[in-house]
Amino acid sequence: MAAMTTTTARAGGRADRASSRVQTFLSRHGGMMPTFAAALILVLLFIGAEAFLRGDFIKPLTISNLLINNAYLLVLAVGMTFVILTGGIDLSVGSVMAFTGMLGAKLLADGLPVAIAIPAMLLGGAAIGLFIGILVQYFGVQPFIASLAGLFLGRGLAFIVSLNSIKVEDPAVLWLQSTRWKLGDWVVTPTGIIALATVAIAAFVLHLTRFGRTIYAIGGSEQSARLMGLKVGRAKVGAYVISGTCAGLAGLLLTAYANSSYPRNGIGTELDAIAAVVIGGTLLTGGRGYVLGSMIGVFVYGTIKTIINFMGAEQAWMQIIVGALLLLFIVVQRAIVARAEGRR
Amino acid sequence: MLEVTGATVRFGADAALRDVDFRLFPGEVHSLMGENGAGKSTLIKAITGALALDEGVLVLAGETVTFRDPHAAQAAGIGTVYQEIELLPNLSVAENICLGREPRRGGVISARAMNTRAHEILLDLGLDLDPASTLGTHSLAVQQLVAIARAISADVRVLVLDEPTSSLDLDEVAELFRIIRELKTRGVAILFVSHFLDQVYEICDRVTVLRDGELVGEYLTRELLRIDLVQKMLGRGASELKSRDRLADDEPDAAVVLRARGVSSARGITEADVDLGEGEVLGVAGLLGSGRTSLARALTGVNRLESGVIRIESRPVRLDSPRRAMSLGVVYSSEDRRRDGIVAELSVLDNITLALQSERGVLRQIPAARRRELAASWVEALDIRPPDLDRPAGTLSGGNQQKVLLARLLALSPRVLVLDEPTRGIDVGAKVEIQNLVGELADNGMSVVFISAELEEVLRVGDRVAVVRDGRVVRIAAAVELTADSLLALVAQPDEDEE
Amino acid sequence: MTAVYKHRLFWPIVSLLTLIAINAIARPQFITITMRDGELYGALITILRDSAPLMLVALGMTIVIATRGIDLSVGAIMAVSGAVALTIIDGSGDPDALATVLIAVLVAVLVALILGMWNGFLVTVLGIQPIVATLVLMLAGRGAALLITGGKITTVNSAPFKWMSSGYMVALPVAFFIAVAAIIVIGVIERRTALGVLTEAVGINPEASRLAGVRSRGIIWGAYMVSGALAGVAGLIYASRTSAADANNAGVFIELYAILAVVLGGTSLNGGKFSIAGTVVGVFIIQTLDSTVLFLGIPSAQSPVFFGFVVAVVVVLQSPRMRSGLANLSGRLRPRGAGVQDREKAEVA
Repeated sequence: MAAMTTTTARAGGRADRASSRVQTFLSRHGGMMPTFAAALILVLLFIGAEAFLRGDFIKPLTISNLLINNAYLLVLAVGMTFVILTGGIDLSVGSVMAFTGMLGAKLLADGLPVAIAIPAMLLGGAAIGLFIGILVQYFGVQPFIASLAGLFLGRGLAFIVSLNSIKVEDPAVLWLQSTRWKLGDWVVTPTGIIALATVAIAAFVLHLTRFGRTIYAIGGSEQSARLMGLKVGRAKVGAYVISGTCAGLAGLLLTAYANSSYPRNGIGTELDAIAAVVIGGTLLTGGRGYVLGSMIGVFVYGTIKTIINFMGAEQAWMQIIVGALLLLFIVVQRAIVARAEGRR
Repeated sequence: MLEVTGATVRFGADAALRDVDFRLFPGEVHSLMGENGAGKSTLIKAITGALALDEGVLVLAGETVTFRDPHAAQAAGIGTVYQEIELLPNLSVAENICLGREPRRGGVISARAMNTRAHEILLDLGLDLDPASTLGTHSLAVQQLVAIARAISADVRVLVLDEPTSSLDLDEVAELFRIIRELKTRGVAILFVSHFLDQVYEICDRVTVLRDGELVGEYLTRELLRIDLVQKMLGRGASELKSRDRLADDEPDAAVVLRARGVSSARGITEADVDLGEGEVLGVAGLLGSGRTSLARALTGVNRLESGVIRIESRPVRLDSPRRAMSLGVVYSSEDRRRDGIVAELSVLDNITLALQSERGVLRQIPAARRRELAASWVEALDIRPPDLDRPAGTLSGGNQQKVLLARLLALSPRVLVLDEPTRGIDVGAKVEIQNLVGELADNGMSVVFISAELEEVLRVGDRVAVVRDGRVVRIAAAVELTADSLLALVAQPDEDEE
Repeated sequence: MTAVYKHRLFWPIVSLLTLIAINAIARPQFITITMRDGELYGALITILRDSAPLMLVALGMTIVIATRGIDLSVGAIMAVSGAVALTIIDGSGDPDALATVLIAVLVAVLVALILGMWNGFLVTVLGIQPIVATLVLMLAGRGAALLITGGKITTVNSAPFKWMSSGYMVALPVAFFIAVAAIIVIGVIERRTALGVLTEAVGINPEASRLAGVRSRGIIWGAYMVSGALAGVAGLIYASRTSAADANNAGVFIELYAILAVVLGGTSLNGGKFSIAGTVVGVFIIQTLDSTVLFLGIPSAQSPVFFGFVVAVVVVLQSPRMRSGLANLSGRLRPRGAGVQDREKAEVA
């Protein structure tokens, strides 16, 4: 320790300035460390896959597919990020996605135009989100339980729409997935663009609007946020509505991806979304995290899946690896929180 | 600037505040003083809109006002800095200052404008801080100053500082006082609550003293002697007490049961030396925040020791948990009955037998009939009312809850009983009963540590009295050698007759 | 009379009886029970038999919830336990040997117990929130089960194993006896030892319990182990019913139904006072509701909508706002929000 101090002292001006810049950075963006860790894991996964698969992995196509194949999960993770930032959780997203997918497919099959079907999907998701939000905010129901009711509701409604899968033939919906815009070897579909746009809009809302900052404030301390005169109730309900709407949008993307809708879609997907958000560095206790981190989390998830596919390994490894990563991040988060409490 | 008249707040049948008047002038620093349960925090909450008055009027700058919530009070110009810093550690310093009224253009927050504004406000307070840094990375002292910056960034007419110095060191306190004086010259009316007498005397112009929810009086600080202030806070109430033979020595003459040497804990007590003799009652006197509770918790395994040795019958012991202490016969009753004592939804029966049962272990359940008999005998012995064993303990009155707690501990037949303010907030009858009980227990050979904010009570109950001040045991003397006045002097006066 | 009305089990039992009555009126065969070859048959018997896995899981969940916790991993533990048992039976030379089945069952329950221990470790030692801690196993558990069975659905033909779910003893299904045994064992452990009261104390006021010398860590840890072991037995019954270890479908959503059963039985999710009898009634309500939905000709896949509404109604009725609202209706009229303020006041006092 003493040796370190003398070294620093001797190193003189430039190092001092550099270290103070590091300090400034840390004091401003220390909360991003878990997200950096996720990015690091993503890079390591890439390098590992590249080495293991003898240069067959890091190709524009593989990486493009990462976005295209996981667009729906990315949208779900964005919505989940809002809810988790408030310190809540939304278990309903998987089944809400299934429900809205079925709803849209059914409306289209009945001959209604896209202009009605798609807004109906989004509204359907938003309505379930609103239902959960009201239970949480105005009836003091734990988010876990309230969203559990939403989960049941969504799943049952999906089966009420139809017990069997519905094929989608509407050209506009199919266009979302079948169109391939190319830039060199890079490929992107409209679904991918929609997912990226969702991330961008979410990042904007979370960082530059009062609503977004209120979401963070609630996660930091709901009581303080209230004492500061922020509109806590509205923001909290809003977070669940956004999550529901995102689930509705994910329903659209998944339907476009599969050309059809199946009422058993997305069983357990809420866990994948939660895992992606947590791996992306968002604290489950709320208040800390970034929607960009959630994107990285989804890519980590997607990469693991791709690698397992490449290797032809058991799909079961997917769940185990994601579970292990989740555990790792939770333990790290726990350590961070414990340290923060120790300082208080 | 602000005037409160006839303020009354009731919680159920009990009044936490009875007909209290309070005034605050512009450009003045006014202190609100009182012990635990005196009604300080209730009055502050009423002023800052966190609680509604059941009776009484609030007049701000000549207008009668009622605040629906804290935000309404803020909007009216009452800024508050709470003891527990009510900020958001996960957001930036600038956001903590500006959130809710941050500069926006078309709904979009301008981070740059916000940082600039926050920086200006901070500089105004003499604080050069990176406004974009995360609040949680700063020390509590800085966070406290940021909270003040937030409070004054709006157009503030009244600033309420609720124990703002409890987490600050001396330099930081000096810095805070510089800011308070600065605000004073701007004509802000400041309500300053602190249990540090020095600070009150240094910064405050006027003092209002509350006791047991009632107004004792309003005084000019420079006209009020320190010792008189403490006396007014603690009060003097005479009540009957059975006389018992008491020891007259500074040292316990019976065998020492518990001996603590150089005991320090992370929270609040430094280098304490305490001896406790068999059948002795050691009264502990000290003001709120003096370290009296920390001492009790350090002796009973609730808070871990940083250094020091505790010996029980001259054998050194490690009290690393309340459970361990209990197994050695050392038991503790917390000052906060509701939070740390009673398991509210469990019955009186279960509450009384809780500690005994957990000492015996899960599997060796005390037979139901025996449990009932045991609990009934304690209910009778301590006159717990109503004598209904199956009633949820949380529905009992404060005094009876305290007796249930005592029964729980006494059922263990402890050798050392540490009672932290066992008579706080309970009626006079129950108080006398508990005092008498402590005497009887000691006569039967139990050693008792008895903490109370009431000096008379400490003197009456204790054989010897330990005085705690600023986290140190500054004096231990036989109770008969002390008078209420001399004890008052010891409790109140700093930096005198230190050994 | 008012005492009966106020009893904690009053509403759960009334709901259950109402459900049964409605069914009985709609289709009298619902309550008819026939005897064939010394074995009882009928809709009610089916409910008794089919409720066994949920009963086991819900009992464990009750204890965990009493400690202010929750166990999301029970479904995954069921999958693992089924996979372990069937893999052992499948791998042995003689699937019909009683010894083989006994060993398989014991090993499976032991594995489940260890998984419960793992959950308890995360919660008590590492101090992770129960929801999050058990989420890990909820995710990874099914993967592990799939690995054990090698990614396929292992099926066996073992009479002793099959007996667990479809056999009969004294005219009643064996599965029912297993559930009854679990209820009795848990009931005795919780109510005939001090464990029940100490668990409630820890759930209601952890700090006061610590000061009273209660070994809260051990109690909480034990709760997760009990929950794990019971989920293991439930997994065995499930696997026995289908004679297959289906890692993807064993016990899906059972954690949610179990939580629902506990809540319906009057145990608060905030921990503390719990009622084993309440949970038993809660399980029967769910199972009867399920049977009703089926009878109404609604595909069972759609039944979650009902459960969604039931959850919502129950939690809304339990919410403080609703309670103070009801109190206002029966008591004098008070200004809006007075209930909330009282709570804040109580915190001050």
